[in-house]
Amino acid sequence: MKAVYFAWVRERIGKAEEEVDPPASVATVADLIGWLRARGEGYAYAFEKATVIRAALDRSHVKHDAKIAGAREVAFFPPMTGG
Amino acid sequence: MRIVRVQAEDFDAAAEARALTAGRMDIGAVVSFVGLCRDDGGRLAALEIEHYPGMAEAAIALAIDEARARWPLIGATAIHRFGAIAPGEQIVLVVTASAHRGAAFAAAEMLMDYLKTRAPFWKRARLIDGSSENWVEPKGADDESAARWDLASR
Repeated sequence: MKAVYFAWVRERIGKAEEEVDPPASVATVADLIGWLRARGEGYAYAFEKATVIRAALDRSHVKHDAKIAGAREVAFFPPMTGG
Repeated sequence: MRIVRVQAEDFDAAAEARALTAGRMDIGAVVSFVGLCRDDGGRLAALEIEHYPGMAEAAIALAIDEARARWPLIGATAIHRFGAIAPGEQIVLVVTASAHRGAAFAAAEMLMDYLKTRAPFWKRARLIDGSSENWVEPKGADDESAARWDLASR
């Protein structure tokens, strides 16, 4: 699946998007955060406070307990500050 | 009518309001809100606004649908800019049209609360002295304001 990152999540990870192929044991958004966090220092920094991270699956907001199966695009970003 | 635009260019609030009401005789109220780039201490060079292309438009369209489900809106327009925006420049526009003002005011307020807390945009402050570039922190007051509408988590 494609993973996309925005704002300081993007900066900490050091890339805007990438293809990720997590193992089958990674079932939820929370699992995916845990799996990504182990990929390196930048990821660990980006996801150090997992509870503040917002996620979207195929461009719809989801909670961390959402299942990722079937999603083509997952996004991680900080709380939004538009308007 | 539902118009959603996410763009780098500036917008003309009056023209957008006119477009929403053109040819309609049943609109009694138009509420137009413009959010500007504010500089509190004379230190801001610009706000840099990042967005999630595709999702930003979809999220705003969903918010308008949500507003239309709650109030008898005849039309709504939402425009949000991205890129570098200098102090005093326009950032966001919401226009709502209805038969009566109550629905137009309420829907405009809900849409702005949504745009501030649930539409995928992020602001970074670039300062004149170049000393720092900080991501704008979300405000608790914005979340409290948004909570009034009991918006679905999506």
